[in-house]
Formats: sequence, structure tokens, C-alpha cells
Amino acid sequence: MNKIETRDLSLFYGAFQALIGVDIAITEKMITALIGPSGCGKSTLLRTLNRMNDLIDGVRVTGNVLIDGKDIYGEKTDLVELRKKVGMVFQRPNPFPLSVFDNIAYGPRTHGIKRQSELEGIVETALTHVELWDTLKDKLDRFALNLSLEQQQRLCIARLVAVTPDIVLMDEPCSALDPFATGKIEELMFELKKAYTIVIVTHNMQQAARVSDRAGFILLGRLVEYGETRQVFTNPREKQTEEYITGRFG
Amino acid sequence: MRRLKELIIEKTILLNGFACIFFVVLIFFFLAKDGLALFRTISIRDFLFGQLWNPIAEPPQFGILPLFLGSFLVTLGATAISVPLGMACAIFIGEIAPRWMRELLKAGVELLAAIPSIVIGFVGMTMLGPMVKNIFHLPTGLTALTGSFALAFMAIPTIVSIMEDAISSVPRSYKEGSLALGATHWQTIYRVIIPAASSGIVAAIMLGIGRVIGETMAVMMLTGNASVMPRTILEPVRTMTATIAAEMGETVHGSEHYFALFALGLVLFAITFIINLIADAALHRKRK
Ligand SMILES: Nc1ncnc2c1ncn2[C@@H]1O[C@H](COP(=O)(O)OP(=O)(O)O)[C@@H](O)[C@H]1O
Ligand SMILES: [Mg+2]
Repeated sequence: MNKIETRDLSLFYGAFQALIGVDIAITEKMITALIGPSGCGKSTLLRTLNRMNDLIDGVRVTGNVLIDGKDIYGEKTDLVELRKKVGMVFQRPNPFPLSVFDNIAYGPRTHGIKRQSELEGIVETALTHVELWDTLKDKLDRFALNLSLEQQQRLCIARLVAVTPDIVLMDEPCSALDPFATGKIEELMFELKKAYTIVIVTHNMQQAARVSDRAGFILLGRLVEYGETRQVFTNPREKQTEEYITGRFG
Repeated sequence: MRRLKELIIEKTILLNGFACIFFVVLIFFFLAKDGLALFRTISIRDFLFGQLWNPIAEPPQFGILPLFLGSFLVTLGATAISVPLGMACAIFIGEIAPRWMRELLKAGVELLAAIPSIVIGFVGMTMLGPMVKNIFHLPTGLTALTGSFALAFMAIPTIVSIMEDAISSVPRSYKEGSLALGATHWQTIYRVIIPAASSGIVAAIMLGIGRVIGETMAVMMLTGNASVMPRTILEPVRTMTATIAAEMGETVHGSEHYFALFALGLVLFAITFIINLIADAALHRKRK
């Protein structure tokens, strides 16, 4: 079964239609990249998957988004459960203005875990997962905003891992990082792929080619092409995809 | 030509800046000169800790403790009322209210700020006083608590507008990050937004308190003006500001009483100065 599936998904910001009849099926434990020129609707599509668009006034969604077969826009959806299950990493690292420890403990605490020993275990596991434990284990009370950008982004991923999501959405997670840090985060993504289904938005074509298993090309709100990354990049079916990939626009 | 114009504008602004500081220093020296003159005849200890303020007794008594406690009780009461209300209001405006209501409420708060304090005093006298009297079965409704209520209404606009600013300027990304982790809106407010805005919130409270301590007109009308040592908030008190306002007219220039009121002003100046300092420190607090 597909982990995520959208059916004829459209989204309107007021009168402006940002997504037009998107059908995409995303497989479990793979990295799926969404590419396309800026403003085409990549972030919008990504944010329909954990309903972050609900925060914006005047947004209207039609069609379906199924996660594990359940329509998340259905009436019975519990947003808290949904977002626990579908985590998100943002374009700019956005750790809370708290200590390293409190950042990671934030999710577990909001979901009712209070015992300090349990929280300590979660923090260690999460930091180990993103390879920050060795650097930060003696500095857990450091103010998170004083870390380097790469460390901040890792921390944000660790913060997510701590709530044990199923799906991780990443919206241009490396755009604030230098090439070296980008490489490190990409390695981390390969590691995460073993446990999570990852959907990543990127305008960096090399990155999409490097990390993803599947790729979808979006243009002006439509999913123009979707398939195996290698096929999309080397042998695109659609002329528009080919033009974009060979750099004619975007 | 253009350079000259720039130069003139620059110097004028600089001069204005210095003028402001100069006047503050001038006021301080003026206050200090006459205020400190009191201590030629009265010891600082008797002044600060004396329990009786009676300038027309023989010999006159200038103990400011009852006045200080009067100001303290009224301020404490006003703070206890205005901080929770103001904070709830700021959170509602900044985080919860839909946009149209937000504008409406902000306008309402500004309107509240525009009410002259004498009008609040007047309303307090005719409505609040009798209410306090009946509810607590007191001989008089003009008590520290009555003053606290009126002052709370004066502090609330300051508190709300500064706090709301602080809350609204918390980066959106914090809120999104929290919600994306499955926190509820309310959890996001009290675990992320309030801590992130905490320095602005402290500053708002401090400036609200500063406003309350300095207020004169309404407390003079509402607190009963009895310069005795208060034991509870339900008794008439007299604040430091009210004392200066009420007695300045009847003192002889250069008399001991006259100097005592200046010394009282000096104490008031010191208190508000410290409070503003705390507010300032909170606003510019550096993260470790
Ligand atoms: N909150 C919003 N209100 C109105 N229009 C928006 C909003 N967010 C995005 N859009 C519009 O929707 C389109 C897609 O935006 P987005 O999904 O952010 O693009 P991408 O991530 O591919 O750069 C753009 O034309 C953008 O202007
Ligand atoms: Mg985007």
C-alpha cells in the first residue's frame, strides 16, 4: 500500500489556485523529491501532507490526501496525532529559543512524558541518531540558537525524531547551509530513510538526483511528471521536464 | 550645499538629544538640592522608617513609611489585577482573535489609554467606591483596593500594547515548529511563544507598574487620603504622589515641610528610575 496518496488534490489561496488536481503516490521508506521552479507549489503540496496550510487564512483544499489509507482531510482527523506522525523540517533551521535539551524534550513533553530519566533517554537517542550526541552531550544546557546552522538543522531533525514520526517532510532543508554541511545532512537523510518515509522539496537539482529514489516535477501547480529519479533525470517523458532539467527555465 | 544641510540636520538632532539629557539632569539636581536639604534637620532613618507623617504636629513628623506602604499596597493591588487581565488580553489579541476582532480590540485598548485619569477617578468615586464599601461591609469605600482597581485600568493599556507587540514579534517559525511537532495551539502559546516573548512581557509589566506608581489624580480621589500605617488593602491609605500633590500648595517655600516633600519626590524618582532600569534590562537581556 502507498504510504501517502493524493487524489485530485487542489488547493486555493483565496481565489488563487496553487495546486491543480495533483495525484501522487509515495512509497514507504523511500526519499521522494519534489522539484520545480520557485513558486510552482512545492511547499504548498508538502504542507498539505501535515495540514500546516490550515494555519493560513482563506485556504481551501479539495480532493483527498490519504496517509496509510486514511483521508487526513476527513472530519475525524486528530491534528495532534497527524502531526506527530507526519513531522516537518523547515527551510531555515527553527530551533526554539530554549536549551538543546529542552528543544528535543519539547515534543515528548507536550505528548505527556514527564519523567526526567525517560526524557534523558529520548534526548540521547535522538541526538545520537543525528550524530550530535558526541559533540553536545556535555552541552545539553546550551542555548540552541548559539549552535552553528548545520547543528541547528540537525537539532531540528533530532527534535522530530524524538516524537517518533512515520513520515518526515523536508522543505529545502539545506538552503541555509554551505555545501559541506549540505553533504552532511544528505548523509543523514540516507540514514533516516531506513526508518522513515521522507518527502523533500528542493530547488537544487543535483541534490534531488543525489538523494532521492523518486522524483516529481511540478510546474504551475501541476504535477507534470513523477517516477523513478533516474528515469526522470535521464529520460523524462515530458518535454517540460526535459526543458527544466536541461536548464532552459527555472 | 547638500553636505551643509546634512550637517545642520545632524547637529540639530544631536543637540536635541543632549537637551533631553540635560533637562533630566537639571530636574534631578533641582529635586536633590531641595530634597537633601531636609536631612540637615531630620535623620535619613527617621525619614525613611518613621511611622508617622504629620507635618503640622509640634514638632512636625516626617516619617514616610505609611505613605510608602500606601503606594506599595495600591501598586501591588493594581499589579495583581492588571497583569493577569492585561496578559490574557494581549495573548488573545496577539494569538487567538480573528483579524477583524484584533483590530477592534486594539482600538478599544487605545481608547482606554486615552481616558484622562481624572475621569477614571470620577467613575471610581461614584461607582467603584460604593461597590467596594457594600461588598466588604466597610465604613468607607475609599480604600487602597478601590485605588488599585482604578489604577489597574490605567496600567492595562500600557501592559496590553507592549505585551502584544512582544507576542506578535515572536518569529512565526517557532509557532510552526511547535505545531508541526503535534503541540496544540495552547501548548504552543505557553511553552514557546510566552517564553520567547518573556523579556517584552517583563518590560510591559514593569512599565505598567511605573505608570501606576507615578499616578496621582485618581488615587487622590479614591484612596481616602489617610496617612496612617495601613494594615490591610481594605483601609484608606495615602500614597506618596497624593501627599505631594495635596500638601505642596500649603507649604512655605524653604520650610522643613517643603524640603520633606522634595525628599519624597526624590524617593519616588529613585523608585521609578529603578523600575525603568529593570524594564530596560529585560528588553535588552542578552542570551548566554
Ligand atoms: N499564504 C499564501 N497566500 C497566498 N498565496 C500564496 C501563499 N503561499 C504561497 N502562495 C502562492 O502559491 C504559489 C506556490 O507557492 P509555494 O508552494 O510556496 O511555492 P514553492 O515552494 O514551489 O516555491 C506561489 O505563487 C505563491 O505566491
Ligand atoms: Mg518553497
